Amino acid sequence: MRADSPGASHQWLDDDAGPVVRPYTLTGGRVRSTHRFDLVAYVLAEPDADLSGHLDLQPEHRRLVALATRPVPVAELASDLDLAVGVVRVLLGDLLGRGLITVHQPRPVTNLPDNDILKAVVDGLRAL
Amino acid sequence: MDSVRSDGSDRRIPLALKILVAGGFGAGKTTLVSALSEVRPLQTEEVLTGAGIGTDDTSGVETKSTTTVAMDFGRITINEDLQVYLFGTPGQDRFWFLWDELAFGALGAVVLADTRRLADCFPSIDYFEQRGVPFVVGVNCFDGSRRFSLETVRQALDLDPDVPLLLCDARDRQSGKEVLIALVEHVARQRGEPVPAA
Repeated sequence: MRADSPGASHQWLDDDAGPVVRPYTLTGGRVRSTHRFDLVAYVLAEPDADLSGHLDLQPEHRRLVALATRPVPVAELASDLDLAVGVVRVLLGDLLGRGLITVHQPRPVTNLPDNDILKAVVDGLRAL
Repeated sequence: MDSVRSDGSDRRIPLALKILVAGGFGAGKTTLVSALSEVRPLQTEEVLTGAGIGTDDTSGVETKSTTTVAMDFGRITINEDLQVYLFGTPGQDRFWFLWDELAFGALGAVVLADTRRLADCFPSIDYFEQRGVPFVVGVNCFDGSRRFSLETVRQALDLDPDVPLLLCDARDRQSGKEVLIALVEHVARQRGEPVPAA
C-alpha cells in the first residue's frame, strides 16, 4: 500500500487540529507504550536510579528521571518537557522497563478509601 | 540533592482526583481552568496518528503525518496527600475518542454552558449522562450575555432534577471554586454520604 500524503481534504488535518508534526522521532517511530500510563498516574524515579550505564537513552529520558525525584503525574511531565503525552508514555515505558522509575496508577474513583476524601476536598476548596 | 527533607515524605504518593471541564467551544473552559489552577495553566498535547484513530497499524509511522490536540489542565493542591487535577476537554466533537481517556477514572465533570449558544453543551451533557459520570452545569455569565432564569435553562437542557445547575463567572476564582464544591457535594450525595454543610 502506498503511503498517502494527507491532502487538503484529510479529515484530521486542518486549523482546529493544530500543526502537523512528527513528534515520534524521539521514540524511533514507536507510538505504543509498553505500559498504560494514566494522565494522573504518578511517576517516581528510583532513589538510586543510575543512568550512567544507559548510554542509549535520550536527553528527554534523563530529564524525566530528574523531574521525578518527587512524584509527578504523567500529564505534568509532558507539560514540563513540552512533549505530547503519547511520546512521554513511550519514553516512560523505556524507563520502567529498565527499573529506573516506578509508576503509581490512580486509585479508581469507585474505590476511594472513604467519603472523608470528598469532605477534605470540599473543605480544602472552601479554604482556598 | 538539595532536598531539605530526608524523612522520605517528599516521595509519598498523593491521591490524585481528576475533574473534567467540558462545554462548547468558547464557553470558558480554558478560562475556568486558568482561574482555578495554582500553577500557570499547563498544556499538553495528545497526538493523533493512524494508531490514535482506530487502527493498530503502526508501520510507516515515520512517513505518516500526525497532528496534535491541545488539552489544558490545572492543579489544585488540597493538602500534601491530595491533589485535584482539572482537565479541559478538547472542544471539537470529532475528538471524542480523547474524552474516553480523560473521563476514565474521573471523579466528575463541570459542563460550562453559554446561554447565547446553549445547544453547544448538549453533546457534553449527553456524553456524561451516557457514561454515568457525575456532572454539574455552570452557566457562564458573560458580560452582556442575555440572562435567563436557571429554571428556563434547566428546561432547555432537559436536565435531571438532581443535576446541580448554577450561575458562575469562569474568570472568577471564587465563583469557579463554588462550581467545583457543588460538583464534589453532588458526587458525595450520589454515593449516599453527603458532605455536611459548612
